[in-house]
This record gives sequence, C-alpha cells and structure tokens, in this order.
Amino acid sequence: MLKGYGAVILDGAWLTLQLALSSMALAIVLGLLGVALRLSPVRWLAWLGDMYATVIRGIPDLVLILLIFYGGQDLLNRVAPLLGHEDYIDLNPLMAGVGTLGFIFGAYLSETFRGAFLGIPKGQAEAGAAYGMNGRQVFFRIMVPQMIRLAIPGFTNNWLVLTKATALISVVGLQDMMFKAKQAADATREPFTFFLAVAALYLVLTSVSLLALRYLERRYSVGVKAAEL
Amino acid sequence: MIFDYTVVWEALPLYLGGLLITLKLLAISLFFGLLAAVPLGLMRVSKQPLVNAPAWLYTYVIRGTPMLVQLFLIYYGLAQFEAVRESIVWPLLSSATFCACLAFAINTSAYTAEIIAGSLKATPHGEIEAAKAMGMSRMKMYRRILLPSALRRALPQYSNEVIMMLQTTSLASIVTLIDITGAARTVNAQYYLPFEAYITAGVFYLCLTFILVRLFKMAERRWLGYLAPRKH
Repeated sequence: MLKGYGAVILDGAWLTLQLALSSMALAIVLGLLGVALRLSPVRWLAWLGDMYATVIRGIPDLVLILLIFYGGQDLLNRVAPLLGHEDYIDLNPLMAGVGTLGFIFGAYLSETFRGAFLGIPKGQAEAGAAYGMNGRQVFFRIMVPQMIRLAIPGFTNNWLVLTKATALISVVGLQDMMFKAKQAADATREPFTFFLAVAALYLVLTSVSLLALRYLERRYSVGVKAAEL
Repeated sequence: MIFDYTVVWEALPLYLGGLLITLKLLAISLFFGLLAAVPLGLMRVSKQPLVNAPAWLYTYVIRGTPMLVQLFLIYYGLAQFEAVRESIVWPLLSSATFCACLAFAINTSAYTAEIIAGSLKATPHGEIEAAKAMGMSRMKMYRRILLPSALRRALPQYSNEVIMMLQTTSLASIVTLIDITGAARTVNAQYYLPFEAYITAGVFYLCLTFILVRLFKMAERRWLGYLAPRKH
C-alpha cells in the first residue's frame, strides 16, 4: 500500500519523536526559568519574563521557526568569521528545530507553570514554614509536588500542541515524517495515501500521550477529593 | 546587525496586501467554523451514543493531527482521486485559497465544538431545573436558556481559539498564498534579509493579536458583565 515507503516514513516518525521529546525537555527548562523571572519580586526581571511570554505567544510558530532558522543561520555566519571560523555554517535542522520549538513552548509552559504555582493556597507554604522547614524544603516538598498536579492539564495541552507543531519543522528541511511523506507523495503521485498515513501516526502519538498523561494526572491527584456531579 | 528600514518600507504594500489576505482567511474560516461548531457541540453533549460518537470521533481526529497534515490532505491529497478531478467542485478544490479556508474551517470547528460542549456542560443545574419547571420543551430550553448562556460563557476560551486561528492562517503561506507570512517569505527570498522580513511579519501579528484581545475584552464586558466581580 505504501509502495515500500513505509520504512522511510517510520524513520521520519522516529525523528519526529526525538524532536518532540528534546524540544519539550528544553521547553521545561525555559518554562521554569520564565516562571522564575515572572514571579520574581525584582520588577525588571518580571517584566523580562512577561515580555518573553507575551511576544512569543503573539507570533505564529511558523514565523518564529522561519525567523530563528534563517535569521539564526545568518547571524551565525556573520559572527563566526569574527571568531576565526572561515567556512560557511549550515544549521543542523534537528538542532535548530529543537532550539526553536523549545524556545517557543518555553513561553507557553511558563504560563502554565505560573498558573499552577499561583493555584497553590498560600496557607500551604505558611504551614510548611510553621513546621520549621526552610525555604528550599518548602519549595521542593510542598510547592513542587502540588504544582505538578495543577500543571498537568495545561502541560498535556502544551505537549499535544508541540507534537503537532513539529510538522512545521519540515518546512525548513528537517527530514521528519512530514518531509518523508511529501517526498514519497511526489514520487508516487499518491499524496492522499501518504499524508493519511502520517495523520494516523500523529494520531497514535497524541493518543498515547493523552493516555500516559491522564494516568500521571490520576497518580498525582491521589490525595485530592473530587466531588461527584 | 543593522535593521534595514528601506527594504521594509519598500515592501510595505506587499505586507499590507498580505494583511488583507490573512484577515480574509481568518474571517471566512472562523465564520464557517463557528457555523459547524454549534451543532457539533450540541451533538457532543448528547447522551445518545449514536449522536455523540460521530462528533467525538470528528473532534478527536481533527484535534489529534497537525493542521499542516490536514491542509496537505486537502490541497495535495484530494487530487489523487480521478473522481475528484472530474467532479464539478474541482475548480474550487484546485484553488489554494479555497483549500486553505476549508482546512482552517474544519480545524477550528473541531476545537470550537469542544469549547461549546464544555460550556454547555458547565451550565448551572439550577438554570436547567428552572427551565424544566417552567414547562419548556427541549428545543425551547436550548434556544432560550442553554445556548445563550453557554455561548456567552464560552467567550474567553473562544478568544484564545480565535488568536490560535490567526496564527494558524500563517500556514497558508506554505500552499503559495501571500498572506503576512507569505509576504515575509517573498521579501526574504528577494533580499536575503531574514531578520527584517520576519520581524516585520511578527510585528504585524503581534498588533493583530493585541487588537483581537482588546475586542474580546470589550465583548466580554458587554456580554459577560453579569459575571464580573462587583466594582466598588
């Protein structure tokens, strides 16, 4: 049915998965950094964090991808000669993709994390302090476990949007499953078949993610009572 | 890196043309998306599995796959079938604008349907009981009680969806349309000035986003005023 292109597309799917996971790892780091800035009492740091979240979320992913990929390449090739590097540098699409998606979704995650931290009742941290915990203990024993629970629904959403956004990196030449499908479609003149196959693969990826994150959410909500409707 | 204003200035008509295309794509897809989303949302709150399941499957598949794949399936994919190429709708389906609008409308209808369904489910049970106590029929209850309040309460979430859609329209540039992103890609291809080209596009999108946020804030004050906290 896939005329021998099945393995090629699965190869691409593996790259898509790698891209999604690495970008998410970077996004979590940047998201935590972003939320640390935004909740900071130092005003210009908070402003910086707010700017990061607002500007990135106000611009389409595709524009940011094109800007960072082509702009980054341009910048790199202007700066590199100053550092004594002579050859023309081609950005590795996977690295550029991870950097770009991580940077974009860091902004979205900082918003998710911010909501989660603000959702923890103030009394929790105060109670921790009353038990004689120091600041670090309060943060890691009281705040973080509860923040994770509150952040999971938003995180699930961010992760699903990110997985789907990986398809856009094929536009700048990363040979992910979208790119491979386009090649196969052009070669066989059967675009519908191949794009449908890719759609199915994405659906599998999103479905598995949903199940896994739902399990995690239940795991972290064990101690919380929910009212029956 | 010095920002080259002259190039941006000269390309301004191109960007303004792109702005019009972006707004056109956004308006058309939102209109038809919302039109389809209301019945889909009603189906999603139904207890009849035969009514609920098709709508669930539709929103699940659309929301679980990337917009780019959906766009390619419609724009490139449908041409694979001879029956489509020989049908009377082919002139429409071979137009990039039509395909983009169709794909965007399908996409937003699925997300909006879920927003409406969620909002319907969150109707305070007292309102429904009161409607029943007044002897309203199902139709009348939906028309007079459920939908008016659910659609209002969906506004904040719907504003997010509209902003997401604005960003999604940038994908139209991949299927050859010259929207704002398309204009930026043209400028970059001509002058090889990626920063100037894409940052200008980004500024356009940011302005549009802020305008949309403002408009929705006004709409919320108008239609959700009764839910706002009391002002002293």
